[in-house]
Amino acid sequence: MNTMPPKRMVKLAFKNLGQYKLRAGLTMLGIVFGVCSVVAMLSVGEGANREIQEKIQRMGSQNILIKSVKVPKDESTSGGRQSMLASYGLTYEDARQFSQFVPNLVASTPMKILRYDVQYKARKLQTDVVATVPWFLRVQHYRMVRGRFLAGSDMEFGSPVCVIGSRLARILFAGCDPIGRTLNIDRDAYTVVGIVGDIAQGELPVEGELWLGGENQNVYIPLRTYLNKRGDLFAQWSQGGGVFEKIELHEVILSIDKQENVERAVDAVRRILRKNHKQEDYSIVVPLELIRQARETRRLFNVVLGSIAAISLIVGGIGIMNIMLATVSERTREIGIRRALGATRRDIVLQFLMETLILSLSGGTVGLAIGAVIPLMITATTNVKTVLTFPSFAVAFGVSVTVSVIFGIYPARRAALMDPIEALRHE
Amino acid sequence: MTVPIVELRNAVKEYASGALRVTALRGIDLRIDPGEYAVVMGASGSGKSTLLNLLGCLDHLSAGDYLLGGENISRFSDDQLSDIRSRRIGFIFQSYNLIPQLNVLENIEVPLFYQGVSEKAAAERAVVLAERMGLADRLRHKPMELSGGQQQRVAIARSLVCDPILMLADEPTGNLDSRTGHEILELIDELHAEGKTIVMVTHDDAIAHRAQRVVRFLDGEIVSNDWNGAEKP
Repeated sequence: MNTMPPKRMVKLAFKNLGQYKLRAGLTMLGIVFGVCSVVAMLSVGEGANREIQEKIQRMGSQNILIKSVKVPKDESTSGGRQSMLASYGLTYEDARQFSQFVPNLVASTPMKILRYDVQYKARKLQTDVVATVPWFLRVQHYRMVRGRFLAGSDMEFGSPVCVIGSRLARILFAGCDPIGRTLNIDRDAYTVVGIVGDIAQGELPVEGELWLGGENQNVYIPLRTYLNKRGDLFAQWSQGGGVFEKIELHEVILSIDKQENVERAVDAVRRILRKNHKQEDYSIVVPLELIRQARETRRLFNVVLGSIAAISLIVGGIGIMNIMLATVSERTREIGIRRALGATRRDIVLQFLMETLILSLSGGTVGLAIGAVIPLMITATTNVKTVLTFPSFAVAFGVSVTVSVIFGIYPARRAALMDPIEALRHE
Repeated sequence: MTVPIVELRNAVKEYASGALRVTALRGIDLRIDPGEYAVVMGASGSGKSTLLNLLGCLDHLSAGDYLLGGENISRFSDDQLSDIRSRRIGFIFQSYNLIPQLNVLENIEVPLFYQGVSEKAAAERAVVLAERMGLADRLRHKPMELSGGQQQRVAIARSLVCDPILMLADEPTGNLDSRTGHEILELIDELHAEGKTIVMVTHDDAIAHRAQRVVRFLDGEIVSNDWNGAEKP
């Protein structure tokens, strides 16, 4: 049994579609919109997803973050009596026990995070002051822009030095080099020894290249220096008057050697904190868990997107089926003629399927092109991050072609199963 | 003894039309030899169209046998019949039945298309036939741009393109004025003279006179089978 060579079938299909240019164009539009909405949606979804992933990654997947949390006053440790002193949060004792009992611990990074006015000459800015240890930089994956970070000797001697975020450097020291200059934190003088940027994401930019990640406006000082100068009491002035807070540590980051060991370490941390604290004046953040959650959310997101995409593509597919049915019924006589002249049922099926395939392939291609442009426009106009990925292209294109072919089979079969005698009589 | 082109043995065709069973052919025997030119006549509903469809392998017999060129094709599958149609049968229709979006050459090539003949060979053959039909200057025209007579010439060229052993014509002049119709009939005479075996359905007695043989149908049966002065083989 002979059949048409594929090349001629394609030619024939184009010729046939050429008869109904407007109709073919409109049918294609269904697929165009289907595919382009899928591509655009996936790219927005992927963009949002990457942003979350990056934020979480910044915290470090091998880290455990333990933060002090203020509890409502009437439950505070200072008893039922109204007190000016609020004492809560992580203690040095907690930190000591972490170092001693948490398994697979590589580093424990204690931090005090306080809000102070930071001043250089006439410029003043309220910002977070982080009193911490030298290995903070490594644990947080921050990157030095200039100078050095806090050193072991700074801790030992309680030196009045500080490292400032690159954004703060721009704001306070606009125009001049901050290194070696002295700024005031509240009333205390600190000498700037370095400028730190933001997280090093993926590949580090080459030295001297424009660094855009540096939206960091914190000040980092040696923990020892701060304790020497201020101790653990912190006064906060609000409209009603002053409140004294006593917090030994605001945050501790525990770095674990491997991701697999994070879970065990978290259990140990929970046990220690439960034993040491009467109330939950702390919170434990496990980036690894957040990553897992984010993956789960992403999966859900993909299912939702997938459903919407499927619906829009099915609508396109139904459009194709509709048009092909109309075309088949209009071309009944042609089908009869072809059958009388020797076309097998298979030839007829292939002829109509080929037309459907050409419609969906060209619609799919145009859809991909538009779908690739839309995310660029979204990013340019709304600051929403979008990411175009090859799989989203492949999925959109593949699904649209598959759907079209599936919806094209019914009209094509209907054409093929016609009785040639009836078809020839058709007017 | 020569092998007949067409041999029907006790051919029966029944249709189920709703609850009704209609018998279109009531067990006919018919033999057409190579080179014969037979005209089939009869009132509408007499079974002549059914006969033509059966001879053209567009339909199956309900009972009996159909031998085409000595080959019993009564039990052939749909695909096999398609193949027979494309290789051995040439159709000429009353309403030409050209495909509107194809030009003259492409229309002539259609049967070759389904035989998998190469594009070049098909085009060469189509050009020869088109020229023979006097359509040399119309090769790229669409059917809509041609007169009725020209369209029928295209159809005849198409029916000849795969050198069929049997040509079937269904009222080929029915839609034409008498002068054009006459030209078409002369063309068919010419083909007959070349040795083609032709079966033509018509109402027109004048046309019937041109043929060697007239087969008359009434109510699904052959009522007369005359050789117009010619010797019965």
